[in-house]
Amino acid sequence: MAEIEQTILGLTPEEIKYARRFLGREPNEVEWAIIAAEWSEHCSYKSSKKLLKTLPTTGKNVLVGPGYDAGVLDVGGGYVVSMHIESHNHPSAVDPYGGAATGIGGVLRDILSIGTRPIALVDVLRFGNIDEDAHSQWLFRNVIRGIADYGNCVGVPTVAGEVEFDGSFKRNCLVDVACIGVGRREDLVLAEAEDPGDIVVIAGGSTGRDGIRGAAFASKNLAKNAESERSSVQVPDPFMKKLLLDSIIEALETGEIKGMKDLGGGGLSSALSEIASKGGTGIEIELKRLNLREPDLTPTEAMISESQERMVLVLEEENSNKTLEILRKYDVPFGIVGKVTADGLITVKNGGTVVASLPARFLADPPLITRHEDNLLPRRTTHVEPRAPSDLSRVLLDLLSSPNIASRRWIYEQYDHEVGVRTVLKPGQADSSVLKLPNGKFLAVKADGNSKITSLDPYSGAAGCAAEACRNVVAVGAEPMALVDHLQFGDPGDPEVYRSFSQAVKGIGDYCRGINIPIVGGKVSFYNQDEEAQKPIKPSPVALVTGLIQDQKHITSPALKNEGDELFVLGRTRLELGGSEYHYRILGRSDGNAPRVNPESDRRINSLVLRLIRAGLATSVHDCSKGGIGLAIAEMCILGRVGAIADLKDAPRDVMSPAGLLFSETHGRFVVSVRPGHAIAVERILTEAEVPFARVGTSGGRVLAISSGRKSIVNLSVSEMARAWESSIPRALGERV
Amino acid sequence: MNVAVVRFPGSNCDLDVVAALQATEGIKPKLVWHEKSNLRGFDALVLPGGFSFGDYLRAGAIAARSPSIAEIKRLAEEGVPVLGICNGFQILVEAGLLPGSLLRNSGLRFVCKWVTLRVENNTTPFTHRSERGELLRIPIAHNEGRIFLPEDDLKALKKAGRIVFRYTDEMGEVSASGNPNGSQESIAGICNEDRNVLGMMPHPERAVNPVLNSEGRSDGMAIFSSLAGLTRRGN
Repeated sequence: MAEIEQTILGLTPEEIKYARRFLGREPNEVEWAIIAAEWSEHCSYKSSKKLLKTLPTTGKNVLVGPGYDAGVLDVGGGYVVSMHIESHNHPSAVDPYGGAATGIGGVLRDILSIGTRPIALVDVLRFGNIDEDAHSQWLFRNVIRGIADYGNCVGVPTVAGEVEFDGSFKRNCLVDVACIGVGRREDLVLAEAEDPGDIVVIAGGSTGRDGIRGAAFASKNLAKNAESERSSVQVPDPFMKKLLLDSIIEALETGEIKGMKDLGGGGLSSALSEIASKGGTGIEIELKRLNLREPDLTPTEAMISESQERMVLVLEEENSNKTLEILRKYDVPFGIVGKVTADGLITVKNGGTVVASLPARFLADPPLITRHEDNLLPRRTTHVEPRAPSDLSRVLLDLLSSPNIASRRWIYEQYDHEVGVRTVLKPGQADSSVLKLPNGKFLAVKADGNSKITSLDPYSGAAGCAAEACRNVVAVGAEPMALVDHLQFGDPGDPEVYRSFSQAVKGIGDYCRGINIPIVGGKVSFYNQDEEAQKPIKPSPVALVTGLIQDQKHITSPALKNEGDELFVLGRTRLELGGSEYHYRILGRSDGNAPRVNPESDRRINSLVLRLIRAGLATSVHDCSKGGIGLAIAEMCILGRVGAIADLKDAPRDVMSPAGLLFSETHGRFVVSVRPGHAIAVERILTEAEVPFARVGTSGGRVLAISSGRKSIVNLSVSEMARAWESSIPRALGERV
Repeated sequence: MNVAVVRFPGSNCDLDVVAALQATEGIKPKLVWHEKSNLRGFDALVLPGGFSFGDYLRAGAIAARSPSIAEIKRLAEEGVPVLGICNGFQILVEAGLLPGSLLRNSGLRFVCKWVTLRVENNTTPFTHRSERGELLRIPIAHNEGRIFLPEDDLKALKKAGRIVFRYTDEMGEVSASGNPNGSQESIAGICNEDRNVLGMMPHPERAVNPVLNSEGRSDGMAIFSSLAGLTRRGN
């Protein structure tokens, strides 16, 4: 019986052996459940920790790095910015509405528990092809609605995001939500319980039977009959979250809160063991003092329930009145469930009887698992690029209407992206969103990922996410400041999957070291697999980058502003169509050379673009990524409702066909427009900096005409491009447009 | 002028309204908790947007039974200007201070976007600084903003000039494309008989700081500066 139980709990035979040896006894049922929850992959990072330790995590602005609920950066004037990313992939695949909603709830609590106010949400989503199958449409519609209903209700604007469609996510969609917070440096609170005798308070929602073993659910492959796992999905209550948020923010001002952590994956088991182990203490709690939703909840269930909207607070008993009074004012239920002890043990009592007693350090520090990777290198073969279709105007139009590129208006109009009166550049307007900070500066935010490129070359793909997000932040005029990543892969026990994971970690680490950006937090999600097709998802690292803009005048967008502006292409185009949207959408191929990154040259080109912006020389800036230069120029025209004439003959490049030049997704490139009177000055700056560039054309008229020398390659009216770009997603969903 | 911003559990535009009022010359805003049943001394009241009580049951329905509502009604009867924005409008409707109902948007989705409003009545405490027919660019963000009134009530409302704002297209014409939620006759805001109580779905507080508007406009200020410019109660 015991053996069967333990297999269900997801512990490996080695872990079971280690636990017995360490404790010198057989843990009881409650203890096994606590151990399994805290040692789940989701909570413990046991398969990934060794690799994650190689990432660069420090920098001059970093106040709090990985290992806490959120990364924290000093942005000046006594203010800090916090950032974190979470996923809710498995819950969203089963219950897209509730799964996505509770995913937001979790990341909001992470930002709150470090003592900062959540000011923006960013959603990073991956689905199957919504223009092909109804299941993907169902997931897509309901995930968006879940994010909207929850985010809108709690009053935190959803300001940015990224969405990718690919057949590999048909049954295992990826739902990542990142949150940005702002606070005062002196209000920061760490998830630590340092002083024995302090009281431990659980505030917020009641503890019930929802989300039982949610962390374990996230730490294995989705079952074929995933419907039966619905009780592993937590129940969202955004109103309770809003009250919790408002009351905690008010309570932070009292200075009474000494330690704080949200109850997320692993529930009480995980939260208590982590704050005790970080503080070098123990915690003793009495379950009878917990606010229970179902009175007959067993001690095991209470310890591993992942019921939402709960926080644990550590307070000095004599200095807790103001905080408890604020919780009462907001009608936030709370219970003083226990106290911090000096014995280093997590002791759980139920009606006075000890039902579990385990060392906090033992729980928080499980044995790491050594995973094996195969040694296959990425396929970088002598790839022969097939003939391109003859009508490249048609191709450009088809790419504009590809769901991977088309306007995201259908999504972001459902999100309140204005609440908080901070959103300066809004979704759909620019390469990154820009928020007003209380210290007079502005914060740029963008997340990026590209599973198609990563599946060809995990190292370059993961590094490329970081490169693209940095470029997007630069394009609006911001200096990249910090990054959080989210690494989503299949089963780590599969050597091929684990190799791609290890390559991705190396890629993103090398890139961030190369451009000198700290990785201040992140998340790993394994076991993302399509059980019906018996195939893992395409590896999907995503990177969220924040950047600072010192002066409002430097905020830049990609829309062409004037007729007669000169267009410049910066950066060299290589024949890197592998994983490109052109390959995926137009040619239906999944081979070719993935774009490689070069942090050295990216750093140079990024700082040069910032220099042009700060000197007031750039009227618009757009990065080249999905769809290449062709799409970049087309989008600048659509957003500015003005045409352009461009000749790409002299654009810096390797030898390639017009299709390669238009659609290759080489990193490190921008399109910049400047007033005609500034063109000479810009040319001089670019020449001196020895950055490859070309002056390719001018804005104006109602048509985009691209040629290569005397050969016309694209000729489209701005209005037909806009129609293709704007109507695609509603049309894919069967709506009248 | 002292203006109370009444905060309900779940209000989420309360601080945004306070910031907008602070930016308005002549107004001193104060946040008050909804359980306060004495609001004497305030020259005007604002009910901000959000999801009061999580919009459980029906948007605004529970807040309309809150202790401060009786006091708000009493002050409204005395002629004190009362502005309900978005969820605040829904609360005023649920409390019976304004007629009609606010139904789910015709697109059956939450809609957040900048819209164009036309000032239809400039004789309220909130619009007297605007011209009739003036166009204001202000964002909306709601799920239940489609105004519906029975035919006779609508006729009476129109006759009494109680339609204060209509959604229009960018040219200022009432049209299907300019109506974001399917509201009857593109109505965006209405007032009571005495014209001192205004409910509107758009968020003027989000259109005060010009940095938040892509054209650098601050049209929401028209509403708050009208309020600040009142010489006596009720205009």
